[in-house]
Amino acid sequence: MSILIENISKHFGQFAALDHINLEIPDGELVALLGPSGCGKTTLLRIIAGLESADEGRIFLSGEDKTSQHVSRRGIGFVFQHYALFRHMTVFDNVAFGLRVKDKKERPSETDIAKKVHNLLELVQLDWLHDRFPDQLSGGQRQRIALARALAVEPSVLLLDEPFGALDASVRKDLRQWLRNLHKELHVTSIFVTHDQEEAMEVASQVVVLNKGHIEQQGAPADIYDHPANAFVSKFIGQTNVLNLNEDNVIWLKTAGIAVDDSKGNVAHIRPHDIDVKKADADSDSPVTLKDWQHLGSLIRVELYRPQDNGSGTYLFAEMPNERFKLLQLNKGDRVALHIKHAHWFNS
Amino acid sequence: MNAIVQPVKQFKTEQIQHATDDPRWVRYTLISVSLSFILLFLFLPLGLVISKAFASGWQAYWDALSEPDAQAAIRLTVLAAFITVPLNTVFGLASAWAITRFEFPGKSLLTTLIDLPFSVSPVISGVIFVLLFGAQGWFGEWLIAHDIKVIFAVPGIVLATLFVTFPFVARELIPLMQEMGSEEEEAALSLGASGWTTFIKVSLPNIKWALLYGVLLCNARAMGEFGAVSVVSGHIRGITNTLPLHVETSYNEYNSVAAFAGASILAGLAIVTLVLKSFLEWKQGRRL
Repeated sequence: MSILIENISKHFGQFAALDHINLEIPDGELVALLGPSGCGKTTLLRIIAGLESADEGRIFLSGEDKTSQHVSRRGIGFVFQHYALFRHMTVFDNVAFGLRVKDKKERPSETDIAKKVHNLLELVQLDWLHDRFPDQLSGGQRQRIALARALAVEPSVLLLDEPFGALDASVRKDLRQWLRNLHKELHVTSIFVTHDQEEAMEVASQVVVLNKGHIEQQGAPADIYDHPANAFVSKFIGQTNVLNLNEDNVIWLKTAGIAVDDSKGNVAHIRPHDIDVKKADADSDSPVTLKDWQHLGSLIRVELYRPQDNGSGTYLFAEMPNERFKLLQLNKGDRVALHIKHAHWFNS
Repeated sequence: MNAIVQPVKQFKTEQIQHATDDPRWVRYTLISVSLSFILLFLFLPLGLVISKAFASGWQAYWDALSEPDAQAAIRLTVLAAFITVPLNTVFGLASAWAITRFEFPGKSLLTTLIDLPFSVSPVISGVIFVLLFGAQGWFGEWLIAHDIKVIFAVPGIVLATLFVTFPFVARELIPLMQEMGSEEEEAALSLGASGWTTFIKVSLPNIKWALLYGVLLCNARAMGEFGAVSVVSGHIRGITNTLPLHVETSYNEYNSVAAFAGASILAGLAIVTLVLKSFLEWKQGRRL
């Protein structure tokens, strides 16, 4: 079901959590609302769900105005960061809850409920836990049960509020993949909130970047990464080196292989993997030295130091594959030559 | 490049006194002081009450409790508790809900005011009602004109008890509900449950042990309240004497068997309350 958010604003006292948000989410997408904490992403999700009301603006689900409809009638599924499972009910009763509270006319029989609950529990691969209580489960299991519970009422929209935020890093990685596969299977329009750009890139088909109550950019993960709309998005999505275009930097950038065009902006952002590092030749006058490096698994992150005329210096980060770093045979303190392949320009 | 990190050789742990342990003599002194205190101020009087009540034998004990004034006092005490406990349960639930789930002006004032009966002497609570409903009080003339008796009558006793006991339920619920938050309720609502269904199926089961605990304490105080009730009751034997007041009246009349027989019932109530209280604490501790 498509979601249309029209001109939504929300204030908490003087603080504008959301400032005239307009957003359209087509049917069947898996969208990430991404932003730093306090950017309004959870508030927006809760307004779509009807758990919070907007000061102004409207919410449409499948073209139907749901702005003033109570949360229990909106047909949404909501998954909370801290699971919010009913602690006095078994896993089975938790998942069955949404079916059992339906009006008599729509309520399925207990046998149908049981069949459906077991199907859902199989879908989340936890049917063997059906008679346990929530406090007997691990965090990852709880969140999968919470998801099964939300899916039981066949919601037209699935809303997930930092669904993996309370989980261990390794469990989180598994669940991300699992959620993406589940979405492929069910095709229910889903929005999930996250502050983790890696998670957003990995799971979502569309990413919406929020900051201070505004939408900074919306698009496919690759678009946002390759063509950030502004300096905030560029810094928030992935790592980046920020260079102010003063005289010194302009000259240096030119020697590093980047043609500076100051009509495009006064700040250059350079991704770490867009910097090529190699050992400086003996006759090279490159002033950059290698300070340190960190092993990130398949990648090596290199810390580079560039002394500047006024006695201070700047640090730059570059990334390269493990193999390549080994071939370069670099040591701490070595002089290196840089070649910058690509930069983004912004005005700040 | 780096030295390899090695585990330190294990020490034998039993020889080491734990850093956080107090010396032995401190522990034993504190334990014996508190135990002897309890023995002196709790068990001794309790034993005394029971031995005095039975000083003239079973029959005298039974007679003292079955005489009409004593019966009337027991009935009145039960009646007052029967009215105040449900009312304060509803009030406690409503105010705990309001304080933990809504934002409204005057919220912190309400939170403070709920504790007022605990911080005010019960006698003052009684006097408040005399000042309001007594013959010379604000509503006195109107009440006399309409022939309604509040002070020196059952309504006054109920009002005074109500006032003194209203914090119990709310005070048990507020911290628990604050800690639990409202996510489970929001989850129930998002699954299509109505507000009422959510309350019955999700909220109430989560707070039931704390609620029962509050009700129990509320009941114990409602039945045992002396000060506030004493001011508004007028001590009319057989009509406005509650059990605690009956004990006092009997004692003042040197009828020690009647006094201690009444007291033994109150003491029994206290013991039952204590047992139930520990049971509820255990239940609640296991759930949360």
